[in-house]
Amino acid sequence: MKTKGIVTGIVSNLVTVEVDGPVAENEICYIDLQGVKMMAEVIKVNGKTASVQVFESTRGLRGGDTVEFEGRMLEVTLGPGLLSSVYDGLQNDLTTMTGVFLKRGEYTDPLNHEKTWDFTPLAQAGDRVAAADWLGEVKEGWLPHKIMVPFSFQGEFTVKRISPAGAYNIDTVIAVLTNAEGEDVNVTMTQKWPVKVAIKGYREKPRPNRIMETGVRVIDTMNPIAEGGTGFIPGPFGCGKTVLQHAIAKQGDADVIVMAACGERANEVVEIFTEFPELIDPHTGRHLMERTTIICNTSNMPVAAREASVYTAMTICEYYRAMGLKCLLLADSTSRWAQALREMSNRMEELPGADAFPVDLSAIISNFYSRAGMVVLNNGQTGAVTFIGTVSPAGGNLKEPVTESTKKAARCFYALEQGRADQKRYPAVGPLESYSKYLDYPEIKQYLDETVEKGWVEKVLSAKNIIRRGKEASEQINILGDDGVPMSYHVNFWKSELVDFVILQQDAFDAIDALCPLERQRFMLDLVLDICAKDYEFEDFEQCRSFFKDLINQLRQMNYSAYESEQFWAYNESVKKMTA
Amino acid sequence: MATKAYQRVYTKLEGITKATVSLRAKGVSNDELAVVGGRLAQVVRTKGDMVTLQIFSGTEGIPTDAEVVFLGAPPTLKVSDQLSGRFFDAYGHPIDGGPEIEGEERQIGGPSVNPYKRRQPSQLIPTGIAGIDLNNTLVSGQKIPFFADPDQPYNQVMADVALRADVDKIILGGMGLSNDDYLFFRHSFEAAGALDRIICFINTTENPPVERLLVPDMALTAAEYFAVEKNEKVLVLLTDMTLYADALSIVSNRMDQIPSKDSMPGSLYSDLAKIYEKAVQLPTEGSITIIAVTTLNDGDITHAIPDNTGYITEGQLFLRADSDTGKVIIDPFRSLSRLKQLVQGKKTREDHSQVMNASVRLYADAQNAKTKLENGFDLSDYDHRCLAYAKDYARELLAIDVNISITEMLDTAWKLFGKYFSPAETGIKQALIDKYWVK
Repeated sequence: MKTKGIVTGIVSNLVTVEVDGPVAENEICYIDLQGVKMMAEVIKVNGKTASVQVFESTRGLRGGDTVEFEGRMLEVTLGPGLLSSVYDGLQNDLTTMTGVFLKRGEYTDPLNHEKTWDFTPLAQAGDRVAAADWLGEVKEGWLPHKIMVPFSFQGEFTVKRISPAGAYNIDTVIAVLTNAEGEDVNVTMTQKWPVKVAIKGYREKPRPNRIMETGVRVIDTMNPIAEGGTGFIPGPFGCGKTVLQHAIAKQGDADVIVMAACGERANEVVEIFTEFPELIDPHTGRHLMERTTIICNTSNMPVAAREASVYTAMTICEYYRAMGLKCLLLADSTSRWAQALREMSNRMEELPGADAFPVDLSAIISNFYSRAGMVVLNNGQTGAVTFIGTVSPAGGNLKEPVTESTKKAARCFYALEQGRADQKRYPAVGPLESYSKYLDYPEIKQYLDETVEKGWVEKVLSAKNIIRRGKEASEQINILGDDGVPMSYHVNFWKSELVDFVILQQDAFDAIDALCPLERQRFMLDLVLDICAKDYEFEDFEQCRSFFKDLINQLRQMNYSAYESEQFWAYNESVKKMTA
Repeated sequence: MATKAYQRVYTKLEGITKATVSLRAKGVSNDELAVVGGRLAQVVRTKGDMVTLQIFSGTEGIPTDAEVVFLGAPPTLKVSDQLSGRFFDAYGHPIDGGPEIEGEERQIGGPSVNPYKRRQPSQLIPTGIAGIDLNNTLVSGQKIPFFADPDQPYNQVMADVALRADVDKIILGGMGLSNDDYLFFRHSFEAAGALDRIICFINTTENPPVERLLVPDMALTAAEYFAVEKNEKVLVLLTDMTLYADALSIVSNRMDQIPSKDSMPGSLYSDLAKIYEKAVQLPTEGSITIIAVTTLNDGDITHAIPDNTGYITEGQLFLRADSDTGKVIIDPFRSLSRLKQLVQGKKTREDHSQVMNASVRLYADAQNAKTKLENGFDLSDYDHRCLAYAKDYARELLAIDVNISITEMLDTAWKLFGKYFSPAETGIKQALIDKYWVK
């Protein structure tokens, strides 16, 4: 018997319901508004009164309207067909909705039930299996999509029967398992999982030990992110957060990319599904859209579903991780999610924390970041979820609750600076404030020694040092004047400008410069460090300035040329001559 | 507003604040309109049978025995082609002496467009102002505000932009407009002979502030009618959104909500996004473009209103008085159009984005030289050239009184590069230097 209730109070999308039976925290219910069923989630219970957040506009709702509780939490449907889909925060398929405008209470199926998939069994009758073990696989695009023992299954099972290779739709029973009590359970290609619970079913979660290439120099060279690592990008508006995130999405070395557009502009999402189907994944040569799932809850869509959207996205990543794949989750922006929490907390008249955010904000954020990571599966293979979130700090001030809480949880920090953006020094990632804690990991150091070149991390640190010295020199020049400082200050300043213009800055809109593979990054950093290691004599600072400006110009032309092309080597030659 | 026989009438208010009243009533729906003592009001909260109503024109003189009539529906606007050329108040009633509009009655503040059904904006909106077209190109379906101190001529610039833009309808939502500014808009539209494609929803400083909350939704409901049904290109002008946000904070304050930054409601971001995200390029030819004004307090963009706006809109146009030339310019550092790369070099000449970046970078060098000068240091030859360039650049390209084509803007920039710099100093790609450099 389902619990039922009636609406007793409405403030915007917070509705209070008088219930006639048991309800659970985070339980889903449907409110009946003259025949339209609107989904809502329980967020507080007090005696017979449940407070629910409605995932739709509550316009026209009345006291006395009826509510029915579902006895389950908010779930996502997992199975083949998730990739290249465009979902809203509640996993409704936006592409199959009718009409230009979103309709209240219109919920669409996330997966296609008619489509058949070519199934190949991986397990045999008699095998002992547990939750998340692989039973078979289908080809989803070019990815091997594993059909697993549902994550909700507890204990050990024996495979009683498994379907032979063939084409089946997702609802076909492809295996029958027998549990310890001797009962048979059916397994199809699809399963459900509550979004707010992390998917386990792996052996261990070791420290990340390799980096994830993004093709962005300021990340890969200066502050690399690990596969299975976490990072965040805070920055005031107009500093290039979205451009940087899109660059990572296009170029990131991952099998699966899930982008959660969380409370951001609709046109940015339109950009993704206009451009991605045309773009080619540089690592596999396949269409980018084939490896991408978009979760889209733009700023004008219902606020409560905004919170759900990041969880939906994370759960889909964890699902693919359990197949031994490398997943990248990009969430833009986590501040909008935090604001959604604030709006609800405010309407429930809870005592506020800093800036009126709920007091448990920090715990919620770190709990979410902890769901990322590299895992060793039960069969010894590895999978990873790398998570990069953006943060939109109010007034560009990093001393605000969301930035501070995220800083505690994420291992990489890419601070976008207004000053750099004003000077069009893109990507505007501040070289000195930003950091990657992975550069301190011995296993990452070793990995870079082996894959890039020996002593790579020291080189990166020396490049950072050049920037630091250049900053000090520039401060002195600004205080004492061009003539008031020794020539070495000018040289130090211009060496840091060289690193800045050639390594840090990158043109995301140039066909060649946009994507810089790690091998090319190694070549350029070596070249730049060689130049900076030399001593130069100048008669005056004018001569110094124009020498370095010319040099920077040559090196930038090099960045715009195809790697190892004739043109590239010609510029390299002229740089060598200038610095001989 | 006449009452009808079946309507529920109450006469016992239990609480009155400056903006809201509360009373016991049954069967009331959320967002529903009511008339309290002859004034229009809207349901904002129900708790058991206690209903809170927000009274748009304020509660001054409302007695506890005022007559309350519930109207059973949220605010609506009648839409039809008759809207063209008309002036309305915040409730959608004519203020130009003309007849009431006949047409389909639509709820304002309706649902959002399915993001998957949107198209990528790709049509350039030229304005003739180089600070916009060259550096911050506008695209149809975009939403962008002017950030300006109250003493800047933002309404004039906006009127110029609107009248030069190639659009089918211009819809003005005026919030807290001074009567002078209202008449200014009216006269400029009349003088341009554009009245047939203008629709205005006006709340002036003489009207109660809470009424303003209806204006953007009214304007956008009309815009959606013309964009969706008539496939028209619609430009919506909203001025001044700071006064709109102030009205939001008044209401939330009266409802005892916990304020967040700058005493604004915690939902400010969502409230503003609901308005701005109505900007859209539809799969048909129809589009809604929003140009708004957000007035600043002494250039402070960290205040909650401009800050939240900046995160929602696709860029901002920053007006500033330039001391070098004595003109108002569009600040190239703080201004941004996020959609510009969709048209730059695609709908305009190939050198557009490189020329734009180089000219702004050199202007930044001039600012550094200026700082050096102010600190009493000797300037290098390069500094002097930058300073001279900056003056010409501000006068010939950044000033808001410029009115030339985009190709002329690019040619002007190349002329200035050739006059003051060497090709290497501009950092532009060699292929473009070879083609366009002016010796």
